[in-house]
Amino acid sequence: MKLEATELAIGYGRERIGENLSFTLGPDEIVCLLGPNGCGKTTLFKTLLGLITRLGGKLELGGADISRLARQDIARAIAYVPQAHVPPFPFEVLEVVLMGRTSQLGAFAQPSARDRDAALAALDTIGIEHLAGRDYARLSGGQRQLVLIARALAQEAPLLVMDEPTASLDFGNRLAVLDRIATLARRGSGRGVILSTHDPDQALSLSARVIAMSKGRVLADGPAADVLTPARLSEIYGISLTVERTPSGRRICLPELQSSAATIT
Amino acid sequence: MTRIGLNGALAAGLAALAFGALLVGPFGLTPGQTVAALLGRASDQAQIVVWNIRLPRVAGACLVGAALAAAGASYQALFRNPLVSPDILGVSAGAGLGAVAGIFLSLPVALIQLSAFVGGLAAVAVVMAVAAAVRGGDRVLTLVLTGVVIGALAGAATSLLKVLADPYDQLPAITFWLLGSVASVTSSDILPALPAVALGLLPLVLLRWRINVLSMGDEEARALGIEAGRTRLLVIAAATLVTASVTAVAGVVGWVGLVIPHIARMLVGPGFGRLLPASALLGAGYLLLVDTAARTIAEIEVPLGILTAVIGAPVFVWLLASGRRGWT
Repeated sequence: MKLEATELAIGYGRERIGENLSFTLGPDEIVCLLGPNGCGKTTLFKTLLGLITRLGGKLELGGADISRLARQDIARAIAYVPQAHVPPFPFEVLEVVLMGRTSQLGAFAQPSARDRDAALAALDTIGIEHLAGRDYARLSGGQRQLVLIARALAQEAPLLVMDEPTASLDFGNRLAVLDRIATLARRGSGRGVILSTHDPDQALSLSARVIAMSKGRVLADGPAADVLTPARLSEIYGISLTVERTPSGRRICLPELQSSAATIT
Repeated sequence: MTRIGLNGALAAGLAALAFGALLVGPFGLTPGQTVAALLGRASDQAQIVVWNIRLPRVAGACLVGAALAAAGASYQALFRNPLVSPDILGVSAGAGLGAVAGIFLSLPVALIQLSAFVGGLAAVAVVMAVAAAVRGGDRVLTLVLTGVVIGALAGAATSLLKVLADPYDQLPAITFWLLGSVASVTSSDILPALPAVALGLLPLVLLRWRINVLSMGDEEARALGIEAGRTRLLVIAAATLVTASVTAVAGVVGWVGLVIPHIARMLVGPGFGRLLPASALLGAGYLLLVDTAARTIAEIEVPLGILTAVIGAPVFVWLLASGRRGWT
């Protein structure tokens, strides 16, 4: 399954937020979407999921125009991992993960024993099967994020769209979630993941493909090590950055300390 | 106790409660006589008391309570808000206006009920149409606010009719109707309401899984593969049909649809497949208790709406204060 955007224009109604966006997402790859606040990452994701209509260009899912597909067909191909939130009712973790099975069910059907097995397997893959009976609303932010990733897995869609999956997490949980994401899209898994992040280091440590966005346009698209040059990072974020190699050979981004004149946008 | 077992226990409790309610009243009946009357083997007098007076009233209270609580549970899931009651989209205000207009025009009882039923459905239909015409913004919020507006308009029209109504003949009837009662319910009132309630409950039962998913919010529900707008429309239509049907029979009975789903959620959790039957059973039992109190605690009939408010308000405050276990 492949998602292909060609000269895509995105926005709400008459307000154009981005245009000329061309890229593909396919199996066995992790794509990190980087860009400053307000550059259109969330709008792009909503468009990719078919939740808002595109303003121009083409968007094809498995070769079919996404605006002609039924919600159920889209959900079978693309799963969405929203930022963790607290629902109004105290659902159990297993119930939340079972909701991922909805696109596999008929309109009037209930999840069956097979769906329960799939949900438990998804929890197991993420390594949080011990949370199955817990109240989702009372979990920590990191645990809720993992549950939503498990829900997306239970959906059995080949493509996953994750909106800042590490945004509200502490340092340890951030690494734990990234680690799981890396295993999800490993070679041969058949899965493709596109995630947005504010941390270029995450893209470097995942050795991901990077799509760098700024002001509603794609600045660059390629392997993290190639795309995330000091010059381009400075262009994206508006402050001076360097990329250094650690003794172990990993790359990390560091701000240049004299850049106190940086403007906050 | 498992959660499914809990619904079984609630059903058994309701049956016991209903039998108990058949025993209560000015005409003394022993349990044995009551069973005999139910089987058609008692004296004529006992037969009439059980079949024509008490049973319709017991059945009416159960039907109204069950329907309001089931509709309340549906609306709460749909609007993702445990503070929502079945009249959020103006069904009670519309039914009130319909009934008051019927009383004002001195229509026969059956036509007053029909007018209330149509008024309830019409109010919600107007809300849906107006909300659909308002473009952009949060769909759910738009619906709720439109419901408030249309409800206020219907309330104003009801007030106007009260001012114009005959103060000796019509006004007491209007006031009594707006406070709700099953005192004069007969089997000929219940029988037409039953199929309408059943028809409304059917989609709620069938869509019970999707209603769970809808309570995660529109965007997520759509990403999970549901046509959220269409499903919501169907659930609103079904819950409105249920509410309007029993409001036409019993008048405006508040609080049941707000408080009972909370208590049910504490007992069986938020999963709608269990919440719907638990709410219906608890609502039936609750209104049965309240109505039995309404006909026994005083010389006069106390309107249901007064008792449900007097009981519901403190219970609700207690629910709010007791750690909010019901919803977070």
